[in-house]
Amino acid sequence: MSNTLRTVQLALKSLMLHKLRSGLTMLGIVFGVYSVIAMLAIGEGASLQAQQQVLALGATNVIVVSKKPPLDGSNNANGARVLQYGLLRSDYRLLVETLPTLLGAVPIREIPSETRYLQKQLNARVVGCTADYLDMNRLQLARGRFITDQDQSQMANVAVIASDVADTLFPFEDPVGKSIQVKESRYKVVGVTRARTASAAIGGSLSGQDFNKDIYIPLRTCEVRIGDLVVNRSSGSFSAEQVELNQITLRVGSVDDVLPTAEAVRESLERTHRNKQDYDVVVPLELLRQANQIRQIFNIVLGSIAAISLVVGGIGIMNIMLATVTERTREIGIRRALGARQSDIIQQFLTETIVLSGSGGLIGVLFGLLTPFAFSGLRWFVLNFVLEASATDSPTGRLFADLHPQIAWWSLPVAFGISVGIGIAFGIYPARSAARMDPIEALRHE
Amino acid sequence: MSTTIEPLPQPSGAGSPDDHGGYAARLLEVHKNYHLGEHVVRALRGVSIDFPHGDYVAIMGSSGSGKSTLLNLLGALDRPSSGEYILGGQYVSQLTDDDLSAIRNQLIGFIFQSYNLIPQYTVLENIQVPLNYRPGRRDISAEDTERCEFLAGQVGLADRLDHRPFQLSGGQQQRVAIARALVNNPEIILADEPTGNLDSTTEGEIMQLLGQLNEEGRTIIMVTHETSVARRAKRQIIMKDGLIASEGLFGVETEVK
Repeated sequence: MSNTLRTVQLALKSLMLHKLRSGLTMLGIVFGVYSVIAMLAIGEGASLQAQQQVLALGATNVIVVSKKPPLDGSNNANGARVLQYGLLRSDYRLLVETLPTLLGAVPIREIPSETRYLQKQLNARVVGCTADYLDMNRLQLARGRFITDQDQSQMANVAVIASDVADTLFPFEDPVGKSIQVKESRYKVVGVTRARTASAAIGGSLSGQDFNKDIYIPLRTCEVRIGDLVVNRSSGSFSAEQVELNQITLRVGSVDDVLPTAEAVRESLERTHRNKQDYDVVVPLELLRQANQIRQIFNIVLGSIAAISLVVGGIGIMNIMLATVTERTREIGIRRALGARQSDIIQQFLTETIVLSGSGGLIGVLFGLLTPFAFSGLRWFVLNFVLEASATDSPTGRLFADLHPQIAWWSLPVAFGISVGIGIAFGIYPARSAARMDPIEALRHE
Repeated sequence: MSTTIEPLPQPSGAGSPDDHGGYAARLLEVHKNYHLGEHVVRALRGVSIDFPHGDYVAIMGSSGSGKSTLLNLLGALDRPSSGEYILGGQYVSQLTDDDLSAIRNQLIGFIFQSYNLIPQYTVLENIQVPLNYRPGRRDISAEDTERCEFLAGQVGLADRLDHRPFQLSGGQQQRVAIARALVNNPEIILADEPTGNLDSTTEGEIMQLLGQLNEEGRTIIMVTHETSVARRAKRQIIMKDGLIASEGLFGVETEVK
């Protein structure tokens, strides 16, 4: 054991003879190892982000969303100006009554609408929902209360607003108790929800669901005050859409029930909607599995790219060790004359290579640990100098702004191990060529 | 001699059953050929010579006479093309490369013209190098280090243990080499022009050390150009064209050139 220690010590001594050369050689491995760890950390961070967004939808949820059916001309051919599609209240009742695995269900109607309070206005998403919506979407209240069943039955003109809405309409006031105007009616604000991270995109939309610009009102109030028909007037023409429900979120008891329930939902909706294709069934659990697969692909691709730089570092090491062997031919001859076997010479040079690549790997790991800090510096630079301010709100900009590299802890020993492995792989040839020298020739070498 | 460096306890070959026991080394009809492309260089052409225990031989000869080849063979750095070389009772031509390494390590101490110290090591570490290659690869113990320090003291370098070779004079470097040659207590010391790079004063000191080692029972075989050095040996061998041209005691000047 102490012999090994001594070998390492003597190897260090030989390497210290050419500090600059050893340092530069090591740098190749340092960057190789660093890039492996950094790449994996970014990949891990990206997938974690995706996972969190999917989990925000709820792993035990099955979400059915309305979508505009593909325009095949059938609607227009009838001369109908009103496009009617989507989930129906009867669908909701059917699902709730026929599925035994359900723990809860929330029907939702969404209408984008301008909202006012005094002079201030904001384009918000008005969400007609029931009391369970809060729990189902893991929203938390900052103050006040959420919509209750009593509000439903009374068709009360109450609203709960999300944090962005509160910040915009009530920058200096407590919103609770104030009245806001949505469409033709006024609603009394009874609560404010906390800001929440956006969840994964569903139903083919590119951006994730942003809960921070919502206004929640009781579903029945929504039916009565706003109705199913939304009319868009634009430059002389108008179009109208009639939608009863935009979304039904179903919750089951355990993860095992998710997929059978989703299947049952698909079947029963298939029957009532025929082939209108005006809804989508979104299963967060499936999305999660997809996200995990994407993560693996990400890791493999990024890891391979980084591994290339490790190989380049290894070639650098081999190059230097070959030069070192030539340069130290005489030393090899001396050692052979003094009784070193070929295997001793191999051991000596291999140890030097491994010490070189191993310490490079160690430094690379230390640098790798700094990845999150380095990345936040990079993000600051990109957000301030590269991306335009408006781009920050785009899905890509948001993706970048929200990306937090996560160091994959398994990658640290793996990257270090690979660096040592590279030392062995690229050190064996120089070491063997050193050992195979003829001792007499080596001693004569100038 | 007022001080002894370290007496050799007992000739290692003595009392062994074979008839080579009385000799430290023997060469029997040794040939050595080198192949340079299509040419065959016959460096040794049937050399037979015995080195009894405690011998002190100077090998002389012009360059190309085969004396370096002879020394390489004696040092087990090479094997004869034909003929036998018996070292410490073993037939060298039958040994593997690893065996040769072990023999060099245990039976032979090398002293070179250009000292051949390892530049990045200190004096002490240089003396320790042969210890790293002992059969069994034992760790270097405290006693080993003590012994190295003792040997350094005997060659007059007790206060230079932490110096690196480039900080030492030629004579001092050669003393380090001598201490290194002695560390495994070998029976034979092979010296290749040990004073070739030294001035005459230092030469005298080094030769005195070698003489002392011989008096303590070690066999010394030395290649040299200089008659003043050769004269210190007990006998001289003159090589010419791969053969022993003459063998004698003193009075070699006339035969060299």
